[in-house]
Amino acid sequence: MSTDLIRIRGLSTRFFTQEGQINAVEDVSLTIREGELYGIVGESGSGKSVLGLSVIDLIESPGRITDGEIWYRNADIAEATRAEAPDAVDGDFVELRSLSAQARRSLRGQSFSMVFQDPMASMNPSLTVGTQIAEAVEAQRRARSNPRTVRSKTQNYGLGNYLSGLLLPNNDYIRPESRKRAVELLAQVGIPDPSERAQEYPHQFSGGMLQRAMIAQALAGEPDLLIADEPTTALDVTIQAQIIELLEELQQEKDMSILMITHNLGLIAHMCDRLGVMYAGEIVERGTLGEVFDETIHPYTEGLLGSVPSLDRTASRLQPIDGNVPSLIDSEMGDRCYFVDRCPKAMDECFEKPPEYELDGEHAVRCYLADEPDAELERGRSDD
Amino acid sequence: MTEPLVRVENLKKHYTDQDSLLDRLFRRDPVRVRAVDGVSFEIEQGETLGLVGESGCGKSTTGETLLGLREATAGRVRFEETDVFEQQDLTDFRRQTGIVFQDPFSSLDPRMTVHEIIREPMLVHDIGTSDERRERVLDLLEQVGLSPDHIDRYPHEFSGGQRQRIGIARALALEPKFIVLDEPVSALDVSVQAQILNLLADLQAELDLTYLLIAHDLSVVRHISDTVAVMYLGKIVEQGPADELFTAPKHPYTRALLESVPQARTEEQHREMDPIEGDVPSPRDPPSGCSFRTRCPSVIPPDGLDIPQETYRELMTLRERLQGSDSTIDGLLVDADMDTDRPDADRVIDEFFSEPPRDGTRETVRESIEQYRSGNEEQAVATLRESFTTICERDDPDLQESGHHVACHLYS
Repeated sequence: MSTDLIRIRGLSTRFFTQEGQINAVEDVSLTIREGELYGIVGESGSGKSVLGLSVIDLIESPGRITDGEIWYRNADIAEATRAEAPDAVDGDFVELRSLSAQARRSLRGQSFSMVFQDPMASMNPSLTVGTQIAEAVEAQRRARSNPRTVRSKTQNYGLGNYLSGLLLPNNDYIRPESRKRAVELLAQVGIPDPSERAQEYPHQFSGGMLQRAMIAQALAGEPDLLIADEPTTALDVTIQAQIIELLEELQQEKDMSILMITHNLGLIAHMCDRLGVMYAGEIVERGTLGEVFDETIHPYTEGLLGSVPSLDRTASRLQPIDGNVPSLIDSEMGDRCYFVDRCPKAMDECFEKPPEYELDGEHAVRCYLADEPDAELERGRSDD
Repeated sequence: MTEPLVRVENLKKHYTDQDSLLDRLFRRDPVRVRAVDGVSFEIEQGETLGLVGESGCGKSTTGETLLGLREATAGRVRFEETDVFEQQDLTDFRRQTGIVFQDPFSSLDPRMTVHEIIREPMLVHDIGTSDERRERVLDLLEQVGLSPDHIDRYPHEFSGGQRQRIGIARALALEPKFIVLDEPVSALDVSVQAQILNLLADLQAELDLTYLLIAHDLSVVRHISDTVAVMYLGKIVEQGPADELFTAPKHPYTRALLESVPQARTEEQHREMDPIEGDVPSPRDPPSGCSFRTRCPSVIPPDGLDIPQETYRELMTLRERLQGSDSTIDGLLVDADMDTDRPDADRVIDEFFSEPPRDGTRETVRESIEQYRSGNEEQAVATLRESFTTICERDDPDLQESGHHVACHLYS
C-alpha cells in the first residue's frame, strides 16, 4: 500500500455573506495517497470546488477555513518547520494551516497546483499561451532558487512596464530558459508544433488544446498534487476522452496524485481508485470505487447512480432523487441529516445529525443505515 | 404505414462570413459556412428522434431551421401534409410546434411572472379568455410538476430544474404535436436531469407528443429516443433505430463517440479508451470528401497500397504540412543538413514517421521531399497526391438509403 500524501481531518470552510453564514465545506475528512487519482463527485453547490480551493489555500474573503487540519507529507518542509512549530509536525507530515501565509503560498505551484473548468476564462487573452506558461515556470524557478524573497512576484502589465521594457531591453521578466521549458511542457501535453503554438494567443486554440495548455501550466512547478476541477466539463466527449488519457498518462509518468473534482460519475468511474461523494458540504460516502458504486449504502449515492442514464440500459425509467439541492445557509440547515427531506429511506433518527460510520475496508458513510451490527466502530464527529 | 409527422428533406443552412462593407473594401472573398449541409430525416407521430453530435456540428441550427426560426438556404420540411417553407403564413405551423431551449436561465424573461411566461403563447395566438388562460396555466403547472402557488413568482425564485419545467410548460401551452427539445437537460445536475427526462417521457406518453431531441450527451439520447441521427460538420453520418445504432454502430465516428463516453459503473475503471485524435475541423474550411477523414481511425488506403493505418495517416499529415510550408518540415530539413551520413530526405522520413514506409512508398515520399527542398512545393504535394489519394478524400460518402443508414465508404 502506498503512503499517504494528504490527510484532511475535519475540514470546514465557511463563507460569511450578507445572507448569512454559508457552510460550503463541513467536517470533511479524507486521505489522498501518493500517486493516486482521488475523485470527488457531487452536484453543483455541493461544495466540491470549495474543498479543492481549501486544499490549495485559495479561499478568498468572505470565505475562510474555520476548522480542521490538512496534513501534507513533505520531509523537507517538516524538517524546516520542526524547530519553529513542533505541534505542526508529525513525522514527515506538516499541518498546512499552522504554517505562515508565506510558507503556504510557496507550496502553490510546487506542491499543489490546479486546473480549472473553463480554459477560455482562465487564460489571459492578451498574452500568448507560451508567455503565460513560461511565466509560471519562471515564477517557480525564482521561488526555488531564492525561497526567502517574495516568492511569486509576477510580471506587471501596463503602459509603464511596456515603456520600461522598450527602454531597458534586458528588463524581461521571463528568461529564455523558461520559454524553452514552456515549449517542452506544451510538447509534453501533446500539443503539435509546440514552438509555433507557444506564440499564439488563447483564442487561436481550440477548447481541448487550451485545456492541455492549462495542464502544462499547472505542471510547471512539478507538483505533488494536481487538483483538477471539472477539467473536461466544457469539452466535447471525444476531446474529453483525450484529456482523460492525457491526465492518466501524466499521472503515471510523474507519479503525482490527482484530486479529480467533477459531477460526472462516469469520469470518476473511469479514472479514480477511490472517491468521495459530496452533498451539502459533507462527504456522505467514501471508499474505493467498488465499495461506493456496488455496495452503496447512502441513499444519496444510490439516487445519483440511479439518475444517470446508461448507454446500454434500454429505456427503463430513471430513479431520480426528488426535490432540489438544499440551501447551504447555516441558519436554514439545522442539526440533522441534510438529505433527510429528499431521502426515500428517512427515519425518525435522521433528524439528529448522523456521524460518519467507518465500515470494512475504506468504506465510510454518513448515514444511520450504515449503523448495522457489522459496522465495527463509530468514529465521532472529529471537528470538536 | 402512415405518413411521418415531420419529414425533412435535404435541409441546408449556410451562413456567409466576411460579407460586410469593410470586407468588400479590402476585397476579401465571402466565406460560406455550411452549418447544416443537406440533412434529411423523418419522425413518426409519437416518436422521438435523437439528434446527437459535438458542439458546432449544426444540430441546434437544424432544429431552429426546421421550425422556421431561421431561414433555410435550401431543402424542404413537410409537417403533416403541408410543405412548411412554402406556406405564406406560418401561424398554424407555429401553433402546432414548440421548442424547449437549453439554458433555463436565459430563456425565461426575468421580468415576467410564471403566469405571464406560460400565457404568452396563448396571447400571441389569441386563444381563450383571460380566465380560461389562467385556468390553462394552472393545469400546465400541475402537468409539469410545479405547484399552483408558483404562478405569480418570477423566474429567479426557481432552481434550474424548476425553470426548465416552466420552459416545458410554455412549450406545451398551445397543445403542440411536435416539440424540438434543444439540449433540455444539459444545464442541469444529474439528479434533476433525471427528473426532467422522466417528465418528458411521461408527457410524451400522455399527450402523444413527437420530439426532436437535440443533445450532445449520448446516454440521454439513448434513454428517450426511438431513432437516432449522428451529426458531424453539418451532415448526418449515421442514422438508425436507437437500439441498433447503440449496439452495432457502423460509422467510425459513432463508434468513437460511444467509445469516449465514460460509464458510471465499476467495470469502467481504467478501460482502454483509445480516443480519436485532433479537433473538429472548422466548418469554414471543411475537409474535402468525407468530413471525418482527418480524424478517422480507419481511412481506406488506395487500392494496392499495403501500409499500416498509422503510416498512412502520417502520409496524409505530411502532405498537409508540405502544402502549408509548415516549419516542422523546414526544421527537419535544417536538422538533416547537419547530418552528413545519410541523404537528407531519408533522415526527414525517419524522423517524421513513427513507422517509416518502405520500398516503393518510401521512394515516392523521398521524391516528394526532394521536390519540396528544391522549392517546388506544388509538385511535392502533387507527387504525394497522385500516389496516395484515398476515396475518403475524393468523394463525399452518401447516406445509404436503407434501414440503418450510414455515410461511410467502408459500407458502400
